[in-house]
Amino acid sequence: MRIFDPHIHMTSRTTDDYEAMHAAGVRAVVEPAFWLGQPRTSPASFLDYFDALLGWEPFRAAQYGIAHHCTLALNPKEANDPRCTPVLDELPRYLVKDRVVAVGEIGYDAMTPAEDKAFAVQLQLAAEHGLPALVHTPHRDKLTGLRRTLDVVRESALPLDRVLVDHLNETTVKEAKDSGCWLGFSVYPDTKMDERRMVAILRAYGPERVLVNSAADWGRSDPLKTRKVADLMLTEGFTEDDVDQVLWRNPVAFYGLSGRLDLEVTAPDATHEGNSVLRGGE
Amino acid sequence: MTPLRSAGAPPASLDALRADLDAGLAEDARAWFTRALREAAAHPGTHGPISVWELRLAEAGRRCGSRHADAVRVLLLHAARADAAALTRVYYQGTADERRAVLHALPHLVPGPDALPLVEDALRTNDTRLVAAAVGPYAARHLDAHAWRHAVLKCLFTGVPVDAVARLADRARGDGELARMLTDYAAERTAAGRAVPEDLRHVLALTGAAPAPSSAPSSAPSPAADHGGTDHPHGKES
Repeated sequence: MRIFDPHIHMTSRTTDDYEAMHAAGVRAVVEPAFWLGQPRTSPASFLDYFDALLGWEPFRAAQYGIAHHCTLALNPKEANDPRCTPVLDELPRYLVKDRVVAVGEIGYDAMTPAEDKAFAVQLQLAAEHGLPALVHTPHRDKLTGLRRTLDVVRESALPLDRVLVDHLNETTVKEAKDSGCWLGFSVYPDTKMDERRMVAILRAYGPERVLVNSAADWGRSDPLKTRKVADLMLTEGFTEDDVDQVLWRNPVAFYGLSGRLDLEVTAPDATHEGNSVLRGGE
Repeated sequence: MTPLRSAGAPPASLDALRADLDAGLAEDARAWFTRALREAAAHPGTHGPISVWELRLAEAGRRCGSRHADAVRVLLLHAARADAAALTRVYYQGTADERRAVLHALPHLVPGPDALPLVEDALRTNDTRLVAAAVGPYAARHLDAHAWRHAVLKCLFTGVPVDAVARLADRARGDGELARMLTDYAAERTAAGRAVPEDLRHVLALTGAAPAPSSAPSSAPSPAADHGGTDHPHGKES
């Protein structure tokens, strides 16, 4: 079984996770830029983060046979902090890089005017750079947030079929599907979605344009949730082809819209005898 | 495909890289590359915040494929006649792949030591692809003795084959301080019940010093011994 986790924050995870993910069948991940838990106070700390997503993290992933790509953006929460918003001016030089496969996570947190502005600016940047967009939907007041999200996308230069709307659930899936966007579901230990609810949604709405992710990060989360959904799909009567569509082909199709997906993993030549992730003895 | 630096060999010439790309690139990639070289030579205009040739440098991987990207980028940097200032900017604004290409390009483009901070930056990383690219001919020419010895040790610690170190034999010959550091490192490994890397023995021999002890002590086996080999990709590597 081959698995593509289309939303996982590997910077927050250990090498044990990479090892377990590879053993479970994960061969590709996309890591969206997001909030670090601790608020940033300057654009410079975003730039170091973006550099890590384009440097150290793909190197770590390659050590474990996993292809790593990223999406870059100013996240909705920090779009409200004027100390952070100047990073929007730096984004264009990052959005041309290889392995940047979307603009994201963008969208709404508290649905403020500052979020409106950052969202619209970054949808425009996505359109200008030939990139799709990964759009986070808010945890609070979710259905209203989804409707406002879809309205903003409709007013933008980016067509809905180049937008992945993430963190959907039973209350938002129908309107999202009717809009023509790609449908993202984050499967968590307690919150968002669980495996059983995910399989019920797949049964009700079908596997077309559906992407399932673990969204694993620094909080309580599980980087193997993608595999657990796949296993439950098979137990519940879905075919192996259905599983492959949801957990591999759909993410490849969506992020492939960037023209930058490179799924060939070359383990770093220089480490054929060792592994510098494991500290390099220093 | 000619590697940029095959083990133990001098770096590939720019002409050899070009010939390989002409033979190996698919038609559309070759057309893109030819145009990008022309643009790099002409330095036309800008693309948003960066120049057009820097955009071409950034997108080389997706245009030509990751296996050709290093060579493509080195030749673009050469066509653009990038000096130390431009290389520094491109390096610090670059992905790990772009940074590696800058390091490979240094011996072709920078005659003096101006770009040494880039080599030192790469040697501070634990990205072995950057470390291997950093110890090329430019480092051999310009790193001072202390930094060069640490670069060699860093290769041993991170599993970068010392064949990647340019002019290794020349610089190691008669270097008593390097021999001492290697001998100490061998003693540390041996005390931990771990194997001494073959590359360490090789470099020590190049210094002209006496060989390192050949086996771990015969006392009780250390729990670390299982991880002491260098062929265990997920084992402790130090």
